[in-house]
Order: sequence, then C-alpha cells, then structure tokens
Amino acid sequence: METAAFYIFAAIAVIASLFVVGQRNPMYSVMLLITSFGALAGLYVLLDAPFTAVTQIIIYAGAIMVLFLFVVMLLNVPREEPAPSVAAGLLGPTGLKIGAVLSGLLAIEMVWALSRLPSRYFNPDQAGQVSDVRNIGQVLFTQHAFAFEATSVLILVAMVGAVVVARKEH
Amino acid sequence: MVPLTHYLVLSGILFAIGTAGVFLRRNMITVLLSIEIMLNAVNLTFVAAGRQLGSVDGQIITFFVMTVAAAEAAVGLALVIALFRHRETLSPDAFTSLKW
Repeated sequence: METAAFYIFAAIAVIASLFVVGQRNPMYSVMLLITSFGALAGLYVLLDAPFTAVTQIIIYAGAIMVLFLFVVMLLNVPREEPAPSVAAGLLGPTGLKIGAVLSGLLAIEMVWALSRLPSRYFNPDQAGQVSDVRNIGQVLFTQHAFAFEATSVLILVAMVGAVVVARKEH
Repeated sequence: MVPLTHYLVLSGILFAIGTAGVFLRRNMITVLLSIEIMLNAVNLTFVAAGRQLGSVDGQIITFFVMTVAAAEAAVGLALVIALFRHRETLSPDAFTSLKW
C-alpha cells in the first residue's frame, strides 16, 4: 500500500515536472507545477512529516504559485516566442542540445550514484518522534530561534525590495 | 516499505528536470518555475534524510528553504516585471547589455 502510494506520487511529480519544463504556455506550467507540489506533499505524508506536507500546500501551492499566476496574467505573454534567427543559428539549437545533454548526464549520474547506496529502511519506531508538531515547534523556537528571527528580517527586505523593483518610475 | 534510496533517486531526477528547465527554456517565468522544482527536490532530500536519522531538523530546514523560496519568488518576479517593462519580452537572450 505504502509502496504503491510512493510510486503513484513519484510518477505524478516526475511527469508533471517534465510537462512544466516541456510546456510552452507559462499558465499551464504553473498549473502543472501545483500538481507536482501536491504529489510532493503526499510524499511528505508518507515520510511521516504531516507538518511539512501542510506547509508545502499552504506556502507553495497557496502563496508562491498564486504569485506566479498573478505575474503570468499581468504580463499577458501567453507563449514563448521562437528563437530569433541569428541566435538560433549561432547558439540556439547547439546551446539547447548541450543543455539537454548536460542535464541528462546529471540525471544519469545522480541515479547511478544514489542507487549504489546501501538500501536502508526507515525505523518505524521513530515515526511518532518525527511527525510530532510539538517537537518541531520546540526545536524551531529554541535551537533555531535566531534563524527564525533572521528569516522575518529577510522577508521584510524581500517585500520592500519587490515593491521598489517593480514600481513604475515617474 | 520504501527504502531511503528511492526517495533520494526521485529527488535527483526532479533536480535534473529543474536543471534542464533552466538550461532549455527561453522564458524567464519558466526558468523561475524550474528553480522552484530544484528547491523542492532538495526539500524532499532533507525530509527523507531527517526521517532516516529520526530527527526533525530535516523538516525545520525545509521550512527555512520554503521561506527563502517565497522571498526569492517575490524578488525574482518583481525583476521579471521590471525587465518586461523595459524590453517588452521575457526571453533571457534579450537581456545581454552587461555581456562583455
């Protein structure tokens, strides 16, 4: 049951991500990415991390992707324009081919290296300890309190920066 | 039961797909989306490794990665809007003024 769920979620995540990259319409890309994030949230549930699964849905699917959708609609560029002829002759297809080969190599290397690792199974006794939200909160607000506060400053800076950068100049 | 390796391999595949998107696409928004795919692949590794070690640190660092991803998306999209106003295109090939 758990194995079947893993393979279903993994297949959804990989196929949706492939279509995000292969899609010419950014609107569909954003929608497919939300699907992929939903599948990843399912994987987090399988990993006994319900807090992370819910955060994934709320922050990624709910906030970040809506931001992307707003920008896609605001800019109204439905399709990616084809490569200009000069760049296409000089760099385009070859550059694209090199990029495709490099990322294919990266995938093969990673799968090869990771599948040689000894196969370890999760300890079922630790499930409760890892999925405990109270435990997460305690560690977050004691050991990582400084990082947490620094994050709030980071978000403030990002917010002000985004407003300043995107502002219309008069 | 699914071993840790399966999660790591899945994460590697997702990361490679994100890299391919950054290399192949000529649309700034899709490039940013590919970066999000890569960040999510890394998050999956953190959560799986944390589960293996029986600690919540993996989930906590995932939380921080998500926050940074939100900040990055906000600033990145603001830059995309500013660039689009400037050049009326989203192709990264159009923004080569700083190229030597």
